[in-house]
Amino acid sequence: MSAPTSGRPLVERTAAELAEALAAGETTSVEVTQAFLDRIAAVDGEVHAFLHVDAEGALAAARASDERRAAGAPASVLDGVPVAVKDVLATEGLPTTCGSRILEGWVPPYDATVVARLKQAGLPILGKTNMDEFAMGSSTEHSAYGPTHNPWDLDRIPGGSGGGSAAAVAAHEAPLAIGTDTGGSIRQPGAVTGTVGVKPTYGGVSRYGLVAMANSLDQAGPVTRTVLDAALLHEVIGGHDPLDSTSIDQPLPAVVDAARAGTDLAGLRVGVIRELGGEGYQPGVQQRFDEAVELLVQAGAEVVEVSCPSFAHALAAYYLVMPSEASSNLARFDAMRYGLRVLPEGVDSPSAEDVMRATRDAGFGDEVKRRIILGTYALSSGYYDAYYGSAQKVRTLISRDFAAAFEAADVLVSPTAPTTAFKLGEKLDDPLAMYLNDVATIPANLAGVPGISVPAGVAEEDGLPVGLQVLAPATADDRLYRVGAALEALLEQRWGGPLLTLDKLALATEEPA
Amino acid sequence: MSTPTTELVDFDEALASYDPAMGLEVHVELNTATKMFCGCPATFGGEPNTQTCPTCLGLPGSMPAVNATAVESAIRIGLALNCEIAEWCRFARKNYFYPDMPKNFQTSQYDEPIAFDGWTDVEVVTEDGTETFRVEIERAHMEEDTGKSLHVGGATGRIHGAEYSLVDYNRAGIPLIEIVTRPIVGAGDKAPAVARAYVAQLRDLIVGLGVSEARMDQGNLRADVNLSLSPAGSGTLGTRTETKNVNSFRSVERAARYEVSRQAAILRAGGTITQETRHWHEDTGITTSGREKSDAEDYRYFPEPDLVPVAPSREWVEQLRATLPEPPRARRARLQQEWGFSDLEMRDTVGAGAMGLVEETVAHGASPQSARKWWLSELARRANEQGTDLASLAIAPADVARIQALVDEGRINDKLARQVFDGVLAGEGTPDEVVASRGLAVVSDEGALGEAVDRAIEANPDVAAKIRDGKVAAAGALIGAVMKEMRGQADAARVRELVLERLS
Repeated sequence: MSAPTSGRPLVERTAAELAEALAAGETTSVEVTQAFLDRIAAVDGEVHAFLHVDAEGALAAARASDERRAAGAPASVLDGVPVAVKDVLATEGLPTTCGSRILEGWVPPYDATVVARLKQAGLPILGKTNMDEFAMGSSTEHSAYGPTHNPWDLDRIPGGSGGGSAAAVAAHEAPLAIGTDTGGSIRQPGAVTGTVGVKPTYGGVSRYGLVAMANSLDQAGPVTRTVLDAALLHEVIGGHDPLDSTSIDQPLPAVVDAARAGTDLAGLRVGVIRELGGEGYQPGVQQRFDEAVELLVQAGAEVVEVSCPSFAHALAAYYLVMPSEASSNLARFDAMRYGLRVLPEGVDSPSAEDVMRATRDAGFGDEVKRRIILGTYALSSGYYDAYYGSAQKVRTLISRDFAAAFEAADVLVSPTAPTTAFKLGEKLDDPLAMYLNDVATIPANLAGVPGISVPAGVAEEDGLPVGLQVLAPATADDRLYRVGAALEALLEQRWGGPLLTLDKLALATEEPA
Repeated sequence: MSTPTTELVDFDEALASYDPAMGLEVHVELNTATKMFCGCPATFGGEPNTQTCPTCLGLPGSMPAVNATAVESAIRIGLALNCEIAEWCRFARKNYFYPDMPKNFQTSQYDEPIAFDGWTDVEVVTEDGTETFRVEIERAHMEEDTGKSLHVGGATGRIHGAEYSLVDYNRAGIPLIEIVTRPIVGAGDKAPAVARAYVAQLRDLIVGLGVSEARMDQGNLRADVNLSLSPAGSGTLGTRTETKNVNSFRSVERAARYEVSRQAAILRAGGTITQETRHWHEDTGITTSGREKSDAEDYRYFPEPDLVPVAPSREWVEQLRATLPEPPRARRARLQQEWGFSDLEMRDTVGAGAMGLVEETVAHGASPQSARKWWLSELARRANEQGTDLASLAIAPADVARIQALVDEGRINDKLARQVFDGVLAGEGTPDEVVASRGLAVVSDEGALGEAVDRAIEANPDVAAKIRDGKVAAAGALIGAVMKEMRGQADAARVRELVLERLS
């Protein structure tokens, strides 16, 4: 593959830069797509970000993109820029496993709306990325197909559940990726891999075709290396979809404009959430966070402290609502029509129920079974009010806390995750410790408000990336991009360039195309 | 499950000792163009699994979206049953595993039904005329149908013992309205008749609203009969059984009577009633035990998170209220008076599902009695032969009215009219076209008729002599002979006149 005549290697460029190069005729989508496919071939053996790579499909889409561009009719700004998609979104003709054995071999007959919009906008789909089984986890270790490794340190987790999408972007295997975020599955992987992750407002991006873990919390969003790239991708996938009744029927805010609005934050009120920080947060994480807040002040923002006392109950409420919905969603995996089918041993003529039982026993991993059991229990007659009912009340209280906080501040900030990437296996036997990693991200899902994680540097003690989370009121996603882009620019001025560069990664040093 | 099913106590005897309480659950399949939560056609008769999509198949990632027409139909049914209409209500998931349930939960409504707290008055015939019972409606809610299983092999046709099962998901997601009554108590020995009258009236109402085909034989309208007995005068409620999918008005009454007799036998023998679902057997007229069902069966209901609440505005509800047809009882009373039908005639007309058809036929100019005659005799017979109902016959009320007009004009007689019905039903065209193409006009040529009469008299001298002796009744034989010669195409009244003229 011939290198471009000017500029850096294709895989090092941001999506916005690639889009410019394509528009300027300096490269082609086939070249770009092939460069990323080559990069995947070179490093994914170590990272294991992908469960399925669709080289043929991606190149066909790239050729179509180049033809459109040659005809002077590109489908969108990002036409021809490839993308990776989390394996929880249905892709017509491409396997979709959700990281589970129970869906092994299933090829959906339809596209999720997000996927359809990517195709409509001309983005070649490189493949499907690894994830915790049915998005249940914070480390991608619960994938039935083996864990993904953090490109910064292959012994560490890439976060989860969308560790595959974050690692793919961090490892420069894809310029763009789609993740989904139920309790932090876009933002926490973003934080621990030094990438940008956005959870849009609930209802801002269609969930049609997103295999649900918890329908009232799930939201698909962009995973990228820069805030501008995230905004560009957000514009492609966002907006009303009649197939998703919960999608918001109003225009998407001007997220790309917000990402290009510069570093002047004069007049912006930034609320630091007292409950999300301090004790329980790794000192190096807290330090980078505090410095970033200081930068916002220098940029003209007014910083206030806000209190959200109900956040103390967020984790408990989340672990009632999420498993309740999940237990019902996962009931359909019964071996009757698709996916795995296991015949019980030692049963002569097994009944439908016998086959369901044997299949679900063999097809679901422990974490999934744990949540099905929790959810089934929480919804049971006699317990419903105490568990599911109380959890819904907590959601209301959390929403009120947010409403009050957004009276005092235009955006709220916190560390995205309390720690940097932990070691593979470290928390596998301690579900509660694993769950605690989402303590700062979960409140946004419970209230439906949007959030972004942007890189805030690396922690002094381990040299691993730290994320800063910005939260905004529902439907004000543009504020995430304004603050995120300003902070990104200010930090890069300080660092003298982006945090995430190839030389920082623990991967093969061979010069990429 | 050791419930004896063969011992029965005579119905009247049972009612001397026990008070029945009934609850009726009726599922109405709506006739919307598309399914409850997706855009698939909701029509019947497609090849299995051709009217499906990711949503009604419950494929991973698919999502429901509410059919607004189904909501409108639900509200109209609720209003017609004098219900309150919820200002805000949600769908809920009813979680249970079954092979023909695509998601292993049914999207239904639980504690927030779209319509609630209604009533409808039904009439039953008693020794002294009719008696009115008020049936209170607890709720009417929206839900989706399941797939349809066909269990192959095995003796029972049920899933247990079957070799394999086939599932047709064309039915999955068809909109259903479930209408639930409060316990009907105090009807005594009229309870089974009240049940029948209620279901029949509900069907009329649904048909009048135009929201369902409401064909019980096709399962568009399915009734479950809950029944319990308690010691006479105790004022308590006993343990109930739920007899499923009773598929005709007559069966509703029979099933209720059977359960009264069966339960009374058990109670009288000191036994207890098992709370269970039971299956009605049309052929033998009995119910048999289905599955045991306790109130504690846990469906783990919770609000469907993929759907937003349904919040019909009061303006919309009032607009829909304004479109309601006349209530069935009022309409029936008005029509009976307008038509001058006896109670029996009216009951037969309603029972045959012909009230609306007679009404339209009358509107096209036929007399009420002639309209009733054709629909309840000639056309009812043909519907029976075809295994269909009157409304499904390939003939319009306007055609029936035109055929009667042709009779009234003397252009055809009743016998020829039957041939015209044949022609119209066979798709040969309008009544006038059938008369023309089949050459069915009565012979009105006096000369030809007179000659035929003369020939008949000549051929039957004995009969002619009797008539001359004043035995006018004997004229029938001569009229018959003339009609036969004219192949039916003569006005019998005129033939009679000609015969009597010649022999008086």
